[in-house]
Amino acid sequence: MSAYDGLPGDWELVVGLEVHVELATETKMFSASPNRFGDEPNTNIDPVTLGLPGALPVLNERAVELAMRVGLALNCTIQPCTFHRKNYFYPDMPKAYQVSQYDQPLNIDGHLDLPGGRRIGIERAHMEEDAGKSTHVGGTGGRVHGADHSLLDLNRAGVPLVEIVGRPDIRSAEEARLYVNELRAILVAIGASDAKMEEGSLRVDANVSVRKPGEPLGTRCEIKNVNSVRSMGRAIEYEARRQIDLLESGDKVRQETRHWDETDGRTHTLRVKEDADDYRYFLEPDLVPVAPSHEWIQRVHASMPPLPAARRDHLAVTTGQGADSEAVMSVVERGQDHYVLAVGHLGGDSARALVYVKEAFADLGPDPTVPAIDIAGLTKLEVSGAITATQAKAILAEIIANGGGDASVIAAAKGFETLDTSALESVVDQAIADQPDAWAKFCSGDGKAMGAIVGAVMKATQGKADGKIVTALLNRKKS
Amino acid sequence: MGIAQIVRDVKSGAIMAADLLEQKLATISEREPEIHAFNHVMVDHARAAAAAVDAAVARGDDPGPLAGVTVALKDNMCTRGVPTTCSSKIHEGWKPPYDGTVVATLRATGAVAVGKTNLDEFAMGSSTENSAFGPTRNPLDTSRVPGGSSGGSAASVAAGFADFALGSDTGGSIRQPASLCGVVGVKPTYGYVSRYGLVAFASSLDQIGPFTTSVEDAALVLDVIGGHDPLDSTSIPQEHPSLVAALGGGVEGLRIGRITDLPAGADPDVQERLDAAFDALRAAGATIVDVQVPAFGYGLTAYYLIAPAEASSNLARYDGVRYGLRVEAADTNAMYGATREAGFGDEVKRRIMLGTYALSAGYYDAYYGKALKVRRLIHDDFDRAYQKADVLLTPASPSVAFQFGSKGDNPLAMYLCDTYTIPTNLAGHPAMSVPYGTGQFGLPVGVQVLAGTLQEPTMFRVAAALERSITESSALQGSPA
Amino acid sequence: MSDRISAAAVAKVAKLARLDVTDEELGRMTVQLDGMLEHFADIDALDLATVEPMTQPYPLVNVLRPDVVRPCLDREEVLAAAPAAEDGRFRVPPIIGLDL
Repeated sequence: MSAYDGLPGDWELVVGLEVHVELATETKMFSASPNRFGDEPNTNIDPVTLGLPGALPVLNERAVELAMRVGLALNCTIQPCTFHRKNYFYPDMPKAYQVSQYDQPLNIDGHLDLPGGRRIGIERAHMEEDAGKSTHVGGTGGRVHGADHSLLDLNRAGVPLVEIVGRPDIRSAEEARLYVNELRAILVAIGASDAKMEEGSLRVDANVSVRKPGEPLGTRCEIKNVNSVRSMGRAIEYEARRQIDLLESGDKVRQETRHWDETDGRTHTLRVKEDADDYRYFLEPDLVPVAPSHEWIQRVHASMPPLPAARRDHLAVTTGQGADSEAVMSVVERGQDHYVLAVGHLGGDSARALVYVKEAFADLGPDPTVPAIDIAGLTKLEVSGAITATQAKAILAEIIANGGGDASVIAAAKGFETLDTSALESVVDQAIADQPDAWAKFCSGDGKAMGAIVGAVMKATQGKADGKIVTALLNRKKS
Repeated sequence: MGIAQIVRDVKSGAIMAADLLEQKLATISEREPEIHAFNHVMVDHARAAAAAVDAAVARGDDPGPLAGVTVALKDNMCTRGVPTTCSSKIHEGWKPPYDGTVVATLRATGAVAVGKTNLDEFAMGSSTENSAFGPTRNPLDTSRVPGGSSGGSAASVAAGFADFALGSDTGGSIRQPASLCGVVGVKPTYGYVSRYGLVAFASSLDQIGPFTTSVEDAALVLDVIGGHDPLDSTSIPQEHPSLVAALGGGVEGLRIGRITDLPAGADPDVQERLDAAFDALRAAGATIVDVQVPAFGYGLTAYYLIAPAEASSNLARYDGVRYGLRVEAADTNAMYGATREAGFGDEVKRRIMLGTYALSAGYYDAYYGKALKVRRLIHDDFDRAYQKADVLLTPASPSVAFQFGSKGDNPLAMYLCDTYTIPTNLAGHPAMSVPYGTGQFGLPVGVQVLAGTLQEPTMFRVAAALERSITESSALQGSPA
Repeated sequence: MSDRISAAAVAKVAKLARLDVTDEELGRMTVQLDGMLEHFADIDALDLATVEPMTQPYPLVNVLRPDVVRPCLDREEVLAAAPAAEDGRFRVPPIIGLDL
């Protein structure tokens, strides 16, 4: 634990993040209409989604399994769980209650290790349903205040969510960024969510407080409306400074919910906690408990792909790079580590492949269509010394542009290389045979004698042979 | 004519479903203005359904196990394209875009729905006086209530408007009106019949069940509408044995429990009929045993905390946003308050208030939490009683049908009508009211047969024996001295 | 009146339940609710310390549905039944004091 460098004095920042994640199911949490982003408003609706009288919820098995994956990936204990109703009126909440998990959530007591080693506690990761979306008409900037009326789209209502409640273990805005990035990578890797902040399938609320190191936790504020990792970092930094200013001028921090405004770079009071709603939680009588058996948990566990941290370790060992090096981090984040490993399996050089993929594959997605064998060929050519790193880069660009290609052929076409090493060797042998005197002098230690032989090779290859390779061949043959 | 006979005749072509329907519609046009059993008579839908049955018969297709049988549906069951009001202004004019599971089942099995029946608003009441569209009158004495909340369903069967009716029972809303109207009324085990499409009052207590003129008809209807529904998470995932098949079992060797610590309050004429029922079963070969259910009397309190709590949440969806009534206002929050104030009747508001209070911060443990524990006590007391007895017998209602307005302004007086029926719902057990002669003013009295979870076959054996005994004794009384 | 519940508490509950009750109603409800709570005090005599709450009459677990899409309701039919709609959406007055 160390005080955040950016804070004045010896203040310590304390952050706990609550992350809502939309699960990548086909249908809603409790009904069979599609869970799909971007459709025409109010087309993915059914009696349950609309909260029609008489409609009853039935839990989506896939949603439970994805929520279990989240729990397993975050090292949580999976336990028997129940659903409660959280009662409150809001027009985007059709039944006027949200079905959520209260005192018996599915996943509890986990942790997430940040790249670099810091461990952040996870209090719980519970299932709940999403609300619809309101559009505010007639106000300024689409805000609710000053709007003439609002319009509701219930396509999102009932979409399955997992809310991941982190413990207040984060000590800097940078750690918060690392946490969200790592969490996102995990969620994508396990197929639980596409975790896109810009589409709202991953939403972050930040509980921020400050204190002097060693003192009890300070009064916290909950920051909402951070729509990117970058704005979350800015919001946390702003909020920390606001609270420190208050405390240093003798004021108190008031517990409240605050809204991050991207345009002015500040947080603003949204709701004061004293008038917090009375949610009247009670057990949802229309649903029954979920009690995952050991076998079920094992089955879900067995179906899980390797997590990003393990993949980074694997890639790091294979390529000889650091697990938190930029190349390893970004290639794993893009899901292209298996591609680098495939290049290695095909006889290519993994370390070079890592560099190529990191540099040139940013737009190619987790399953590049460029044949790995072609990249393997390119790395071999470069490592053999037949082409230079600069030439390799040019060839790589061409391979990507053409969707594949033989590196040697492209090299030849570009005039980078005419002969492969074995062909070059026979030219060298011929030159030795043609000039026995020069060869004898060279072998007896006269370095200058090599010039005649190299000259003959260059003449025979019309200057396309790599002088360094010819020299290396001659030195090898001498010994 | 019993349902089985109707189905046989319709399937054989001996009678037309359309003719049967026209007879019912004629009866309805004659007496409905006086009774007001219906919020909506589905004349066109019914004629189309009857014609479809007759067409199927003509083609040689099987029209289903309820072919041509007319049914009245409590107006809290969703019927696609047909108004479903719950007898509430907040619901007025709402036509559901979907059919509830039982409604779909009835359509698929050849039943002909003739109308949607009146009820106490959102099924909250015991007299059908709390309907936004006016009360239903008891066909046996129109100065009296039919009971409630399924008063319209009970009255429609008693008046001959339909061969059977469906109601819902949260605290006695099938059994009490059945008793007051002299028909058979069954509340099955919780989860026996799907609740999908039943507008919820109290989700952990609501069950759909039939009103019929005979025990056999009730068994037949339950055999059709009972069973697992994947759209209802609380639906029991198993096949139920045929209740029609259980009817002939007799009661020899069965142990009939008399609850010695039953709360007082039944009128003497009701008590007399209950005693007669015990005697008849003893005469038929059953053994009468004394049992105790000490927590029975706490049922009323537990129920009037649990049911309103669930209702306060279930009825929160009436917010003027997506369907139903809206009272316009300057902002959404004001619109909520104005809409709900205007749309709900007094009793519904009272229960929403009570339930909201029972769940609110600081009071949950003292009220709702405590009521859930009392519910457990009642359940466990019944379990012990059912180790000694196969079924229990109690009154279904403390009195015969009472006069309009006689319960006055005190809601508790009305709540006491459900004293004997409520504990069954809390336990999740089945129970039914069987007409067992008459009491004061020549009005019918129902005897309630209670049984443990999924013990419907035994319950029906006893009900059938009671029915046989009363038929025999009235035949006896009717014979010349 | 047994003073188990005050008019102020009843008013707060009405606000939570979104019922714009009149003063006359508030007075009447306070008396009625008070009478009920008085009656419901009968269970205070019970020793419930070791009793488990009962929430479901028929205990079931793991009732799950396959993740398969089924046909949706028709938007036009649904919106036609709504008190107000615009642009394929439900229309409501300004959302004030409820901002999340």
